[in-house]
Amino acid sequence: MTAGMRASSGGYVVRRVLGRIVLYAGICVLTVFFALPLLWLALTPFSKHPSYQATLSGLTLENFRKLFDNPQTWPSLRNSIYLAGGSAVLVIVLAALASYALSRVRVPGRDQLLYALLLLSSIVTGTAAMVPIFLMLYQLNLLDRQSGVILVLTGGLLPAAVFMLKDFVDSIPRSYEESARVFGAKPGQILRHIVLPLIRPGMATVGVWALVQVWGNFLVPYVLLSNPDKQPAAVVMYTFYDAGGQPNFALISTFALVYSVPVVVLYLFVNKRYGFAFQGGIKG
Amino acid sequence: MATVELSGLVKQYPNGVRGVDGVDLSIGDGEFFALLGPSGCGKTTLLRTLAGLEAATEGTISIGDQDVTALPPGDRDIAMVFQDYALFPHMTVTDNIAYPLRIKRIGKSERVARATETAEGLSLGTLMQRRPSQLSGGQQQRVALARAIACHPRVFLFDEPLSNLDARLRLEARTFLKKLQQSLGVTTVFVTHDQAEALAMADRMAVMESGRIRQIGTPREVFQRPASTFVANFIGATPMNLIDAQLVSGRLDLGGFTLPVPDGFAVSEGDKVVYGLRPEYLSYSATAPTSKDAVQGTVATVENLGVNVLVAVDAGEHSLRAVLPEADEPALGSTAWLTPAPGRALLYRGAPPSSGELIGS
Repeated sequence: MTAGMRASSGGYVVRRVLGRIVLYAGICVLTVFFALPLLWLALTPFSKHPSYQATLSGLTLENFRKLFDNPQTWPSLRNSIYLAGGSAVLVIVLAALASYALSRVRVPGRDQLLYALLLLSSIVTGTAAMVPIFLMLYQLNLLDRQSGVILVLTGGLLPAAVFMLKDFVDSIPRSYEESARVFGAKPGQILRHIVLPLIRPGMATVGVWALVQVWGNFLVPYVLLSNPDKQPAAVVMYTFYDAGGQPNFALISTFALVYSVPVVVLYLFVNKRYGFAFQGGIKG
Repeated sequence: MATVELSGLVKQYPNGVRGVDGVDLSIGDGEFFALLGPSGCGKTTLLRTLAGLEAATEGTISIGDQDVTALPPGDRDIAMVFQDYALFPHMTVTDNIAYPLRIKRIGKSERVARATETAEGLSLGTLMQRRPSQLSGGQQQRVALARAIACHPRVFLFDEPLSNLDARLRLEARTFLKKLQQSLGVTTVFVTHDQAEALAMADRMAVMESGRIRQIGTPREVFQRPASTFVANFIGATPMNLIDAQLVSGRLDLGGFTLPVPDGFAVSEGDKVVYGLRPEYLSYSATAPTSKDAVQGTVATVENLGVNVLVAVDAGEHSLRAVLPEADEPALGSTAWLTPAPGRALLYRGAPPSSGELIGS
């Protein structure tokens, strides 16, 4: 009996060790799979002979000079900032007002409505609705206009933004607003003095999220903007091919790095400032 | 300073539930008035309707001879302290106290001056730059009070002002609040579910049950002569002994023992009544006393209350509760004689339709 037990516990240990080995090997493969592109992005811009390989073949800053000499670089980045910033501001303002109203007013079927909107919103900015949206903007005379792109992207982001912000508003005790009401505050004052300051971390989170979404969006501006002067960085990067139709690795990798820096910096800033968490309420 | 008059006040919710069901109440100028009742009795709804946070379905509310029933809360010239204090977490103590003044568009320097002055009076002077989350529960409560005081309202409304404090602090805050109200002389209505709090602080009180007021009176009146068995049961640290009885040949038959009819109650032979006596008004003796009105029984449980002991004595078909001085603590299972203190027993109607009401003289 003792021998049998020893054998079975020995088998158990072997199985456990083997299991661990397989698990860690799997994790290693996955890590390499995801880390390689990042490594390529970090190394290639400084490489003399950029290619598909993630190697540093001779250190140089030549690629950056070439990138900034390209006449499209700065305008496209400026366009990106304009589109992303405009959409983010619009999303924050509309989402704050909508989430406050939806949180405080009892509408029948409110939650179902929110979920339906959330579900449908991915279609608005997705491929499926591209043709109708194109036609709609054509009729509204908003084609090839950045304001049109901002409106479409804002529409697509709003449901999720309202959903996220409503959580923040829901967590503000009603007694805060009631207290202000008893002192004579009007709804506008309650919103400005109490609600908005308390959901500021939430607005920052939603703002950064919207900014990143728009910053990285390729399809909508690609379809809706035909004038290269109006196109954002994500679209312009797509045009970086040399005369032979080969991708220009030097420009693409360098631009990709420059293009991702603002988003990372913004994320770090907001994370440090607000910690992406709600800090309202008082602990007794 | 103002009186508060409620007449025929009804608050009905959309689902048909009546939170407040026909309340008539008149609160005097400068009075400290308690609304007392178990949870769900409508006391907080009544206070919120008085504040204007809930719209009255029927009836009128007047503050200082002015009908405010249709006015929004901000125009009623009241200040309310919420159960959770509702201090704004993103504002400093100064900004919190000055907030009502900011709404009234009073200049910043005067605002700060008035907030500081009010805060000094409540010994908050050193905490002015702190956020509410950096304050203790007692300090938060005083900031909430200061904010209410700073706008010089005609009426204060307090919703369970002490329930968020721990037991020891609550006693301190009770004394503090009573003193504060006396010195300010502002009409104050406060809601509590704690009968001891209401008895200790209020000038007058109303006991509520299911949206209606069951009794209005001074704490002494309500304690000594509860108007119904519900009030009798609710008021007092230990519940009153309430025993079904019937008048048989001039004495009350309580089932196993008899007691004389207390003075001043109009009852006739054969009436079914409820005999009510507070546990504090029973005296104990280990040997048979000379009085024939002593109840003999067996000590079933003994609970130590510190300076007192709560004893349950099985007598006849009933168990009588008695609160005795610690020196009198009887042994478990021993025989005890309990004698009702003269003039303390109450009789309530025992048979429908008006069962549970105090019998008049």
